[in-house]
Amino acid sequence: MQLTLFWFFSLLMIAFGACVVVLRNPVACALSLVASFLALAALFVTLDAYFIAIIQVLVTAGAVMVLFLFIIMLLNLKAEERRSVKLGAMLGGGLIVGCFLELLSSTLSTSPLFSQTLPPLTEPVHSDVAMIGLTLFRSFNLPFQVIGVLLLVATIGVVLLSRQTLK
Amino acid sequence: MLTLSHYLMASGILFSLGLAGVMLRRNIIIVFMCLEMMLSATNLSLVAFSRYGLVQGHVNYQAQILVFFIITVAAAEVAVGLAIIVALFRAKQTTHSEDLNSLKF
Repeated sequence: MQLTLFWFFSLLMIAFGACVVVLRNPVACALSLVASFLALAALFVTLDAYFIAIIQVLVTAGAVMVLFLFIIMLLNLKAEERRSVKLGAMLGGGLIVGCFLELLSSTLSTSPLFSQTLPPLTEPVHSDVAMIGLTLFRSFNLPFQVIGVLLLVATIGVVLLSRQTLK
Repeated sequence: MLTLSHYLMASGILFSLGLAGVMLRRNIIIVFMCLEMMLSATNLSLVAFSRYGLVQGHVNYQAQILVFFIITVAAAEVAVGLAIIVALFRAKQTTHSEDLNSLKF
């Protein structure tokens, strides 16, 4: 059952990810990316990471992609006209991606650590969200506050950037 | 059976699709979406490691905290990047990276 779900959602994720690279209309690309992220959230659920799956749906597939769609429609981008494809760039890109995949698959086939099956979980004392909250505020309190400062700086930066046009 | 390498391979394929998009596409907004896709692919491999490398029978929550931070930083990065793209569009009326070939304007 879990294997079926894994194949279904990972094929869905990769198919929509390929749509993002291939399609010409930016709105279609953004919607494919939303679908790809939703399938990715389903994969997180198969890995028992419920909190991460929910914030993947809420933050990445929801807020971030709405921001992308908003900007695409604000700038009124049309589908790209066909431009001449640079053969060198295509070949170089294909070569790098092929090398990466080849390296990854050969690494995954070397060690038996990668072929371990899903280990069973013991019955948790707290729920998933409670455990993440406890870990976050006990062990990672300082990084959490640094992230808060980062978000504040990003917000101020966005306001400054959108107030003045580039000279 | 479902092994760790299944998840790592799915994550690697999604990452390389994003990498191909960054190198092949010329629209800056779509390049930016492909960057998001690469970040999410790394999240998938981190979550897979957290599920397969159990700590005392529980999921490794430290890995999930790292995923949480990655999602936060990605959201901040998207906000700043899209603001830069809008400012660039106001100045040049294009989001096509081949039309942006001067360092100073």
